[in-house]
Amino acid sequence: MLNSSLKQMAAALRANEISSVELTGLYLERIAAHNPSYNAYITVNPEMSLQQARLADEMLARGQAQPLTGIPIGQKDIFCAKGWRTTCGSKMLADFIAPYDAHVIEQFNAAGAINLGKTNMDEFAMGSSNETSYFGPVKNPWDQTRVPGGSSGGAASAVAARLCAAATGTDTGGSIRQPAALCGITGIKPTYGTVSRYGMIAFASSLDQAGPMARSAEDCALLLNAMTGFDERDSTSLQREKEDYVRDLDLPLKGLRIGLPREFFAEGLSPDVAARVEDALSEYRRLGAVTVDISLPNSKLAVPVYYVLAPAEASSNLSRYDGVRYGYRAPEYADITEMYEKSRSQGFGNEVKRRIMIGTYVLSHGYYDAYYLQAQKIRRLIAQDFAEAFKQCDVIMGPTSPSTAFRLGEKGDDPVQMYLSDIYTIAVNLAGLPGMSIPCGFGDNGMPVGMQIIGDYFSEARMLNAAHQYQLATDWHSRSPV
Amino acid sequence: MTWETVIGLEVHTQLSTCSKIFSGASTAYGAEPNTQADAVSIALPGVLPVLNKGAVERAIRFGLAIGAHIAPRSVFARKNYFYPDLPKGYQISQFDLPVVGMGALKIQVEPLSGNAKPYEKTVRITRAHLEEDAGKSVHGAAQGMTGVDLNRAGTPLLEIVSEPDMCSPAEAVAYAKALHTLVRWIGISDGNMQEGSFRCDVNVSVRRKGEPLGTRREIKNLNSFKFMQQAIDYEVQWQIDTIESGGKIQQATVLFNPDTGETRAMRSKEDAHDYRYFPDPDLLPLAITPEMMVEVRSAMPELPEARRMRYIEQYGLTSYDASALTSSREMADYFDSCVSLAGPANAKLAANWIIGEVSAQLNRDNLDIAQCPVSPQQLHGMLIRIADNTISNSGAKEVFRTLWSEGGDADAIIEAKGLKQVSDSSAIELLVDGILADNADKVAEYRSGKEKLFGFFVGLAMKASKGKANPTQLNEILQKKLAG
Repeated sequence: MLNSSLKQMAAALRANEISSVELTGLYLERIAAHNPSYNAYITVNPEMSLQQARLADEMLARGQAQPLTGIPIGQKDIFCAKGWRTTCGSKMLADFIAPYDAHVIEQFNAAGAINLGKTNMDEFAMGSSNETSYFGPVKNPWDQTRVPGGSSGGAASAVAARLCAAATGTDTGGSIRQPAALCGITGIKPTYGTVSRYGMIAFASSLDQAGPMARSAEDCALLLNAMTGFDERDSTSLQREKEDYVRDLDLPLKGLRIGLPREFFAEGLSPDVAARVEDALSEYRRLGAVTVDISLPNSKLAVPVYYVLAPAEASSNLSRYDGVRYGYRAPEYADITEMYEKSRSQGFGNEVKRRIMIGTYVLSHGYYDAYYLQAQKIRRLIAQDFAEAFKQCDVIMGPTSPSTAFRLGEKGDDPVQMYLSDIYTIAVNLAGLPGMSIPCGFGDNGMPVGMQIIGDYFSEARMLNAAHQYQLATDWHSRSPV
Repeated sequence: MTWETVIGLEVHTQLSTCSKIFSGASTAYGAEPNTQADAVSIALPGVLPVLNKGAVERAIRFGLAIGAHIAPRSVFARKNYFYPDLPKGYQISQFDLPVVGMGALKIQVEPLSGNAKPYEKTVRITRAHLEEDAGKSVHGAAQGMTGVDLNRAGTPLLEIVSEPDMCSPAEAVAYAKALHTLVRWIGISDGNMQEGSFRCDVNVSVRRKGEPLGTRREIKNLNSFKFMQQAIDYEVQWQIDTIESGGKIQQATVLFNPDTGETRAMRSKEDAHDYRYFPDPDLLPLAITPEMMVEVRSAMPELPEARRMRYIEQYGLTSYDASALTSSREMADYFDSCVSLAGPANAKLAANWIIGEVSAQLNRDNLDIAQCPVSPQQLHGMLIRIADNTISNSGAKEVFRTLWSEGGDADAIIEAKGLKQVSDSSAIELLVDGILADNADKVAEYRSGKEKLFGFFVGLAMKASKGKANPTQLNEILQKKLAG
């Protein structure tokens, strides 16, 4: 059952081969047994999960099951879920019980899915290794001395280690795709505005986007069906017809034009990762696709632009954590200023503080034009690069991350090295495009390699189709570390 | 040495929407603390702002009323600073792209002292932008503690910024009053100053005639016109004294203390915040479509200035009377109702009564024209009896007092109280003949040149008629008979 697709699980639930309570119980037992090693979950609440499972079983019994009814999902601890502790990986919110459901949580609840627990993450989604979590680092199930990637590291680890049927993640600069790549799973960040951000704790509002993380493209398509949809509570939510992301999975790939940005295959890319991506591209050609060389000339500016814009927005978004109304408050202070200073100094970790300082700096009087405005201009140039590229190709492919999973602590002292882990993913967020990562083999160290697929706006169905056809032809996605 | 004063105003007016500018929580005033603080108002993690269309519509209405350019695309920006009553750690406001651009407001200035004549002036309005209000810190809510009430957090405000076009406290007050009338007139704010729905910040500087602008100080949060005048008076004198005694004005924010009548610096420019404004990524730029403009424009009422001009031109009212009648839309509507019933020929009469007796009684009872116990229909009933000479002015006052305190209808009161004046000339002649006969000595004195005695005869005649004699007729008959 643990290696079944979501479709198979749903069929088993419907056929009464297993109940949702049993399935949920199975995962809860695995979490109890293995989470101490992986630290993939921050919070589990068996009682609440099993209560949902009982309701799901009733839906199943009444014949009212939807595709995800009864299926246990790990929810990234960035989504507010009513009655659940929602920490965002921070000491600041270590005791925060959310009084309301995020749109994503509502959607899964309405679909009858089970909230299996809240997965670990980098603090406020700031990190690429899940080492900035206040609740400790997450381990990569393929090698517990290595990082799972981040910020959705708990989700990636949990999916890979079969501690959930599937999971949710969020992606601001690569936080779904990079951990998916490092843990050998499939994840997709849809077009900005496709999934409502309501109830998703903000890091960088103009970049944040939620998406599914699972064992296959087919599973992701099912999850995405549940997650998307217009939500009037998010002013950036797009008013579009609801799409069925499963519908195109079985289309043949003949004639698919794959763009290969030369900037993604240049210096800085590990040879073993390059080789696996080349292998995957050969497979695509075999499936009938053609590859075209393209250029994204401004993509080299994506990392610096991102590290101006994302911290700028974050510095403002995180101002609400002041110890006044909820969240961590320092035990001792002399006056209001000291209460702010101490609560925030003690409540936030180093990476968060670093980004608040960068963001505050770039928005400051006298620096705003040179940093923030300049970065916004380059952001538009980056989006234009993609627009040009999509005149020549249907999808863009390349590595998700320049190397496979690195060792815990390996990049801890060097933030810039850590930031470069997202060098291929960040431009996608800046442009608001959909991007995904699929497993395409293993590196020299035996760790998974991910291939990134980038699509034009709203081309998720096409990307999932490309990924699914590859997964029908290969079995990298079904390899398991456990 | 003559000094010039330069004044500009920033007015925060609370918009009269039922719900907050970025959430569905109620904006009603006076609720128990934090009962109107929803998830957005307290800035829970993950919540997002959604713009209230009613606030935008009101901003457009204001822009149209001052003949301003309405930006087809404006941007909400975050103004970042920490304060306990600012739940997000930033205020959503508009910065470089406000919804309302340059416009103007015509004001009627009543000089506060001396014999200077009233005059008209046009004040330019630089911009008006939408923003959210903060909550309130409640000191001493518990022993030694400060509480935070977030009911007001997120209440929609329109901040209206003028050019520094005013050069006296009288002009500043006239502008503030005209603006206050306007926002209520066009229905975008209740303008309640006690509840903070209309708050004025006044920028004041002085300079010697012909010199460049001086350094300004900003008097914050004035919530009455009286305080505004006092505060500016004090501030201007303070600045002049400071400079004349060799000092320099430092840019600062000051507070006015109504108890001492003084202004005092709250913070200097050195402590000024760097607000780190940037466009709010949670909100799309505000796009105002031509359709929305048409919709708002078609619902605009006749504006106070237009109505003022109409009263002057159509009814021949004085500028002063026309201004008084257009001091609020309710007042003007009351007047219009009276005139539509009593006819344009009686417009001046109606104006006199509304500005005179009606306003005086309203003031005395601390009532608003909307709460006036005498309806336009009732007043009209009385006005036409004045016009057709049924009652005298003193009789009318009696009728009005009765209408005010007991209600009813003018004709019935005239009947019941016997106030109908005697306009029958033969009856008056008879009465006058009797009086002249009884006071032959005084008649003789009068005829020999003591004309002051005329009033004595009027008094006697009035007394004899129990006040009912038509005064005009009485005068005529007396003149004639006394002339012999």
